[in-house]
Amino acid sequence: MEELFAKPEIRKPENIVYKKTDLMVDRPLSYCPGCGHGTAHRMLMEVIEEMDITEKTIGVSPVGCSVLAYDFLNIDMLGAAHGRAPALATAIKRMWPNHFVFTYQGDGDLAAIGTAETIHACNRGENITIIFINNGIYGMTGGQMAPTTLPGMRSSTSPYGRDVPTMGHPLKMTELVAHLPGVYYVTRQSVHTPNNVRKTKKAIRKAFELQKENKGLSFIEIVSNCNSGWKMTPVQSNKWMEENMFPFYQLGDIKVDGKLIEVAR
Amino acid sequence: MAKIKGDIVINTERCKGCEVCLAACPFTVIAMSKEVNSKGYHFAMKVNDECTGCTNCALVCPDGVITVYRAKVTTE
Repeated sequence: MEELFAKPEIRKPENIVYKKTDLMVDRPLSYCPGCGHGTAHRMLMEVIEEMDITEKTIGVSPVGCSVLAYDFLNIDMLGAAHGRAPALATAIKRMWPNHFVFTYQGDGDLAAIGTAETIHACNRGENITIIFINNGIYGMTGGQMAPTTLPGMRSSTSPYGRDVPTMGHPLKMTELVAHLPGVYYVTRQSVHTPNNVRKTKKAIRKAFELQKENKGLSFIEIVSNCNSGWKMTPVQSNKWMEENMFPFYQLGDIKVDGKLIEVAR
Repeated sequence: MAKIKGDIVINTERCKGCEVCLAACPFTVIAMSKEVNSKGYHFAMKVNDECTGCTNCALVCPDGVITVYRAKVTTE
């Protein structure tokens, strides 16, 4: 069926304009269909491939859905205890200052159990890159309420929606760490449309360039969907994310070159 | 007249049928198949000749199953 529209005159190796990078291991990803993790992984690997720093990059994977990131990313990776990825990354960076170190963490890992490690690593201004995937839910364990869950948002432990008087306000980690002097670059992006994917890649590239110049910590939040946790189809969850997540978690740069960007937030 | 033409190859065995690429394609080149792959997912497939090789579908594909080709084709 597919071969009906094949164009062999175009389908030649020299005409390839996009293919999955070789730094992604050729095995099926363990993520649910439509999950933003796969796209975020690929953008990260494309940046590392373009900068030609494969041999000099060490990643730290968290606990959560992306705990198996070391099975998919064909670079040196370490697994940290739950939430302790920034602490481990600090140690690695201090041992090998010429290496590129990044952590890849979800919101349950970075914003809940790892709050202390994150804030102190940011405050010390460790020269690492933190990539924070925010989907507003604990995806791996079955969609429980996370610190980043929106007010009124349903999850398996808040079936009537998050009630702010009893369950508290959502935590905006990205805005929180942007105010710390050790942090040099803070941005919030997403990976649900081609345009946003391109912007995310640029942001990751910028973060690694800054790490090369020893500027300080760079923090990239990627607002992502969790369609199985939110109980929606992937396309519906992307739409829901645009309508509900983005007004609260506004996309864009928050701190560039060590200076906060003044916008009405 | 020279025209930019594109083509995509979808690794149907790896496709998880999330349909994110359908929303990203500006020319509705991609549709879901009636058949399923060995994992039981309805996979994405190319259904017309409109592809320009813009790479939008490949960029948003979470599993990176799409390879995009682009070439300048000279026509009468």
